[in-house]
Formats: sequence, C-alpha cells, structure tokens
Amino acid sequence: MAERTPEKLVIIGNGMAPGRMLEELFEKAPGRYQVTIFNAEPRVNYDRIMLSPVLSGEKEYEEIIIHGDGWYIKHGITLYKGHKIVAIDRNAKTVTSDHGVTESYDKLVIATGSVPFIIPVPGKDLRGVITYRDLDDVQAMLLAAQSREKAVVIGGGLLGLEAAAGLAQRGMDVTVLHVMPTLMERQLDPAAGYLLQKAVEGRGIKVITKANTKRIVGEEKVEGIELDDGRIIPATLVVMAVGIRPSAGLAKDAGLAVNRGIVVDAGMQTSDGDIMALGECAEVGGMVYGLVAPLYEMARVAASHLAGDRKAAFVHSDTPTKLKVTGINLYSVGDFADGDGREEIVLRDATAGIYKRLVLKENRIIGTVLYGETTDGAWFNDLLKRGTDITEMRDTLIFGQAYQGGAPLDPTAAVAALPDDAEICGCNGVCKGKIVSTITGKGLTSLDEVRAHTKASASCGSCTGLVEQLMSLTLGEGYNPAAVQPMCNCTELGHDDVRRLIKAKGLKTIPAVMQELEWKTSCGCAKCRPALNYYLVCDWPDEYADDYQSRFINERVHANIQKDGTYSVVPRMWGGVTNSQELRAIADVVDKFNVPLVKVTGGQRIDLLGIEKEDLPSVWADLGKAGFVSGQAYAKGLRTVKTCVGSQWCRFGTQDSTGLGIRIEKFMWGSWTPAKLKMAVSGCPRNCAEATCKDIGVICVDSGFEIHFAGAAGLDIKGTEVLGLVKTEDEALEHIVALTQMYREQARYLERIYKWAKRIGLDEIRRQIMDDAEKRKAYYDRFVFSQKFAQVDPWSERVSGKDKHEFRPMATVGFNQAAE
Amino acid sequence: MNWIAIGQISDIPLRGARCVKTPIGKIAVFRTAENEVFAIEDHCPHKGGPLSQGIVHGTAVTCPLHNWVISLETGKALGADEGAVRTIPVKNDNGALFIALENLALAAAE
Repeated sequence: MAERTPEKLVIIGNGMAPGRMLEELFEKAPGRYQVTIFNAEPRVNYDRIMLSPVLSGEKEYEEIIIHGDGWYIKHGITLYKGHKIVAIDRNAKTVTSDHGVTESYDKLVIATGSVPFIIPVPGKDLRGVITYRDLDDVQAMLLAAQSREKAVVIGGGLLGLEAAAGLAQRGMDVTVLHVMPTLMERQLDPAAGYLLQKAVEGRGIKVITKANTKRIVGEEKVEGIELDDGRIIPATLVVMAVGIRPSAGLAKDAGLAVNRGIVVDAGMQTSDGDIMALGECAEVGGMVYGLVAPLYEMARVAASHLAGDRKAAFVHSDTPTKLKVTGINLYSVGDFADGDGREEIVLRDATAGIYKRLVLKENRIIGTVLYGETTDGAWFNDLLKRGTDITEMRDTLIFGQAYQGGAPLDPTAAVAALPDDAEICGCNGVCKGKIVSTITGKGLTSLDEVRAHTKASASCGSCTGLVEQLMSLTLGEGYNPAAVQPMCNCTELGHDDVRRLIKAKGLKTIPAVMQELEWKTSCGCAKCRPALNYYLVCDWPDEYADDYQSRFINERVHANIQKDGTYSVVPRMWGGVTNSQELRAIADVVDKFNVPLVKVTGGQRIDLLGIEKEDLPSVWADLGKAGFVSGQAYAKGLRTVKTCVGSQWCRFGTQDSTGLGIRIEKFMWGSWTPAKLKMAVSGCPRNCAEATCKDIGVICVDSGFEIHFAGAAGLDIKGTEVLGLVKTEDEALEHIVALTQMYREQARYLERIYKWAKRIGLDEIRRQIMDDAEKRKAYYDRFVFSQKFAQVDPWSERVSGKDKHEFRPMATVGFNQAAE
Repeated sequence: MNWIAIGQISDIPLRGARCVKTPIGKIAVFRTAENEVFAIEDHCPHKGGPLSQGIVHGTAVTCPLHNWVISLETGKALGADEGAVRTIPVKNDNGALFIALENLALAAAE
C-alpha cells in the first residue's frame, strides 16, 4: 500500500476539548493528519477544571498540565503558543494569526471556547476588575490576594463560589454578590442553596443575595461596588463570574452559521463541510455546554468523524454538578423545578447538615439534589439515566443504595461511578476508559492480560483491586476474581495446590513437578520456576539440589542488579554493628574498585553500588578477608535484623536488644523464605529500631520480650500484630524461628508475611506458635535442620571458584576487524 | 559468512547464557534446555536490560529488569510488549560455537 500524505488538520484553540479530541484521533487514525494548533494562551493544554484548586493553593500549575511539551513533540504537532487567529479564509482554506502566521488546512477545527460575560455597568474597565477563566486570571487573583485586602466576587454560581473560597483561603476578605435569591439556583433548589450559603458564610465569606450591581466605583483602580439599593461595598479586587458566552465571533466573521454558539450538527460539522467546531463555542441541538463531560463527548464524536467514522453522533445527557470547594459536598443532576405531575422525596437532617431531594415523574427519577452527603449521587444518576421504575423501592429510595434490601450491595458501584478519565493506575498513568476499552477491544479476561496490555496495576500493584472491579464491571459473569489464580500461564493450579501436591506426591525436582502436575510448557517460565525452586528448597532441604538457572539473577550471583547492569554489594553487619577494621576494609574496597556510591541502607547496612559483574568475586575476596559474609540483601530470605543499643548503653533500655538481634541474625542467616524477611529488636517500647513495622519484630519490656509480626512499610504501611509475650531470650528465639518456619512452609512465593498472616488468620498463627508447644517445637526443629544446608556463605564459595562462568564473558571477539 | 569461534557449548549452563564482548556491545549467547543455541544483542528493547542475566525458559528469556519476555528465535518481544533485538547467526559445530560477526561490523560502520 502506498504511503498516504497526511492531511493538514488545523485547530484553533488548545483547551481540554481539542486536547481530548487529538488523543482519541491519534488512537483511531495514527499518522493520518499533520496537526497544527494555534493557542491564544501562551502555554500547553492544562486542566481548566483544576484552576480552583490552584487558586486555593491545593495544587500547582505543573500538576494540572494535561499535555506537556513532550506530547506535542511526540505527535509531531506544531503548536503556536500565544497566537490568536484573526481570520479564516474559507476559499483559500487558510487561517491567519495576529502575529501574521498563515497556515493552510484540509480540515479545520474551531475550539475557541468561551469568553466570560462582563456585566455592562460603569467602571467595568477599571484596573482590578477581572474575570475567572484562565491561568492568567488565577495569577492576577493570587497577586491581588497578597494584599490581604477586600475582594468582591460578582456571581454566586459554581465558578464564583470557587473563586470566593480560593480568595478567602488566600487571606482576602471576600463578599459574594448574587443577583438571585439563593446561590447556584440553576443547579440547586432553594433549600440546598440556603444550606450552601450557610456553609459558605461559615468560612468567613459574606454573601449578599438579590444584589444588583449598579456600578463599579473607582478612579483608575477599583475601590468598591455600588448596589441598586445604594449600598457601597469596598473592594480592591472585583471578580466577575456571572457566566460565559460561546466565543463565536471568528466563525461569524468567516460566514459560518452562528446562533448562540457556532451551529454544528450531531457530528460536530459546521455549515462548511471542511470546518468542525467543538467545545464551549459549539452549539449542538440548540444547546451550548460548559461542563467537561459533554465537551469530552463532543471530542470523541469529532475524532471519530476525522478518523472517517461518519456515524458517531453527539447525544445530550444531563451532567451532574459538583462544587470543587474542599469540605462542601453537593451534587445535583437533572430537572428539579416544581411542576405538574411531579412528586418529590425529601430527607433533611439539620444537625448533620444533610439535605437530599429526589424529583420524580411517573415513578422515575428526573432530578436529584444532594447536599452534605453525596455518595449515592452516582447511583441516583444511574437510575435517572436508565429511567428505572422505582415503585418497588420507593419507601427506602432516599436512603440510598445500601438500603435497598432486594438488590445486593454492589461493591463496584463506586468504580462504576468514576468518569472515564479517572486515573486508576498512578504509576503508569492509565485511566478507567483506557482499561475498559482495552478489555472489550481485545477481549481480555484475566488480570495478567489486562496488566500486559494496559500496564494498569503492573507496577506497584496497589490499584489491583480497582482494576479487578473494573474487570467484573466490564465482563460481568465472565470474570470471577475469587477463582483460584493459577501460578502462571504454565499451569491451571494455584500456589497452594502446587505446594500441597509437592509434599503429597513427594516431588523433588522441577521436571518432576512439571511432569506430574501436567505443566503446559516444556520448562516453565520466569514466574513459576523461581517459585517451584523455593518450594523444593523449603520442603526437601537435604535432598533437593538448588537449581540456580531457576533463580532470579540477584540470587544467582548474590548481588543486586541495577538499572545499568552493574551490581550492588551489601556485606552482613550483624545487628547493624560494625567496627574500625570492617569500615577500613570497606573503605579500601571502595578505593580499589572505584565504587561510585556508598550508601547506608534502611536496614542498618552499608551498600556499595555500581560494581561491575566481573569485579564481584574480587570485591567479595577483599571483603571476606576482613571477615565479611554476604548480607543477602538480594535474597527472598532473611535480610537484616535492625537493633537499637538497648540496655548496654541506653538509659531506657530494658534488655540487651543489640545482643538479641545479633543472636537472631546469626541463627537465621542464610535461610530462604517466600519473600524477603526483615526483622528488628527494640530495647524498650520507645522502639528506636522501628520493630513495629517489620515482618517480625521484638519489643523488649521489663517483664520479657513482646514478639510482633506481620508489619509492613513498603507498598503497604501496616503496624505489626502482637504474637505474644515471652520471658527469656531463648524462648523469644524459639518462637521467632517457629513462626518463620510456619511462614516458610505455608506462604505462596513472593507473599510477604503480613499477607500470609491475613490469609491464614492471626488467631490460627497464635494458636500454633504460642499455645501449641509441640507444634512450635516441630517447626523449630525443621528450621534448624534446613539451616544445616543453608548456612554456607555464597560469597566465599564463589571466591573459591564456584560458578566461574557467571562472572566472565565467554569470549571477546571482533575488536581487530573493527580497528581496520 | 565469516564465522568466529567463541567457545564450547559446555561453557554455557543449560537454560543459561554467557556474554561475548564485541566492538558494538555485548552479545548474549543462550543454551536452552533442549541444547539449542541462540545469540542476540544483550540489550532489552525496553530499557536496555542485560538479557544474558535473565531466566531462560523454552526458547525465550525474561529480562531481569522489568520482565519483558524476548524470543530467542526472532529477537521479538513476546506477549503484549512490542520491540525487538537483533539476532546474531550462530553455529554449533559438534559443540564448538561460532558467531557471524561481519553483519555486526557492517552495522557498526554504517
């Protein structure tokens, strides 16, 4: 197929609607258009909805950028910043900017947005009178707010109230003037408007309703506002937020059909076949829009048409309103005027400041106003949109979804209510719409597939729950997260079944496991092989020959691989204690091998970073001469036992925590565990060794040793649970060892102790370790047995020549030819 | 083709890899469980991870840095990831291994 020359797409305006349109277009028809954008504002595309948080100081401008400069470069877009288009020549098919740049187009998209409405009163042009529309306005307000003087906001609608709240938060004395009897009368009924006014006044903002501005007073600069009734309100800043009107002048000058906005059909087409319009400047079906959801819908439709799909059509839907003022919750959607044939259900709780009103017509919700408690907003809106007959649940409807006896509580409701652009995975920046469309588009049915295709929850995993809910939402019955998750794609069996069968069938090699348990692949994968290797090491310590080729590189070469392919080396410092001779040896190694970075770790160790793989054995040899062994900082195994200085030095210490920590570490080093195992011993409840967020921790007290476990301070933060109190060091060691062995035998590979404990149940663990002396002893004995085979220093083995092949290139070739 | 000797197949562990240093970077030479030998650039198409350090399974390797799975036969990323590394011709002559480097030298000169 011959390369098609890209068509020229010119866009006037760089707001959220055209930004979204381009995102959709680049997905639907990559490379089809060469895009040029003229932006009257001298900046990239940012999230205008978030201007209020910027004003109030809850966000920075950088945080609300949607497309940074890199995005434009990546998509080959020419962006003229600060260029306002002054003329469209439809015959020549060109546009010209105020800086004299002329561009020709095949397709033109007008997205000029809207302009704030300025009430035509004397003094409207004075210095200090501004509108609230873009970042420049916010910056002007922030500058004015530094004076801490008086401000007047004209307009008690959404934007006006957000501006007032922001200015008040910045320290200004703010008065809101509103021409109607109640605030936000277009979105709220009078009762909710009244509650809102009380809440706004509660923040120290004065509200004057039925306030008609007669003129703005001042010589050069604004000094105050005079109302119809003669009252004068002093102010050094006046913000007009009385509404917007579509910015359609340019289109009108070009001879396009313009009514309130630029008239477009349901496909966003203007009266000129090569020109489209979308966003706040467009009028579709006789309506103009100012909220983001319908504007994004326009963007979707426009992108489809540009990509060649002529069927996409814009459909009107009611958009819920939310006020972005922290601490004030209100939600409204639909039609809530009184009228014939309409009924209402109202709930008021004056003490709690809650007001809910549902407007019904023919047993269907047509309007909803919620104030103070808005969690059911999405559900009511859903009933409204679907036109659900609510006769059956009418008695309890107002109490919300949780009170509908018949319908089971749907845990996915919250996720269902999220907008498509809501970010689900923060690590990879994946939004809900992308996940849902990929699931349906590619027919995905498992979490792994969703991770592979969208990257959602593929990094830190903390959004896995949300992703799973989206999957149930999208696939319905087709997705059952409760079903046993197979270990990997090589088997249908889950980890627990595999562990059970290894013991039951006496399987003692990886090939035996794969053969007997009918693995689907010839030699497994990078997920199952390390898991199987661990299970076999754990279950048959004396018989199983560790398969190094099934270990992750770090455990294979006993160092931590870094992003540049070098390694880090952490020697063991028992209990975090060292001395001058050890430090000198480390310093010598640093000098000899030009170690780029020496860093103290969170586990009270010293980390040498940036060591070439080939140097590892020599580094270990030098460290070994000083008595160092591997710190196993790379292992799914015992890592470190942190300690405080305890009774030996500390005036608060109750026991020798340093000594106990060293004793535990010397007893347990070298053991492999399902996931890494970090410990700490604190000498008193002040807990300087931070033992209460460790996998296993000890808090020494006068009466003995309190053993803790199942803490976490990584992706999850979790304080430990108390296993129990024991009197002596010997008992403490026995209990800790037994607990570790129970975890080693039961947990799934890579499952940290807190996740295992949650699955097994804390009481069950306490019963077996604290109460059942026989069980405890058996666990202890099995651990001690396995240590006979595990406590071999891997570094000295390799210094003596083991696994030589790992640390040398196989050959060095070709350099002579290259020199020719 | 100009075959260059790089060593014996027994130098490489089963389901393992070794590196060969060349003027244009490291080449990873793999030996699978079935005793097949493959050579590819030692540079993951994702973030440049050393593929020679990964776990070898079937005729694929999983990159140690971010778990991309690369086919040893084609050099292409498997699964949903997209990207590829160059494959290098490799010959197994009764256990003696050779790679053809002229393509590489050519590429380096370009």
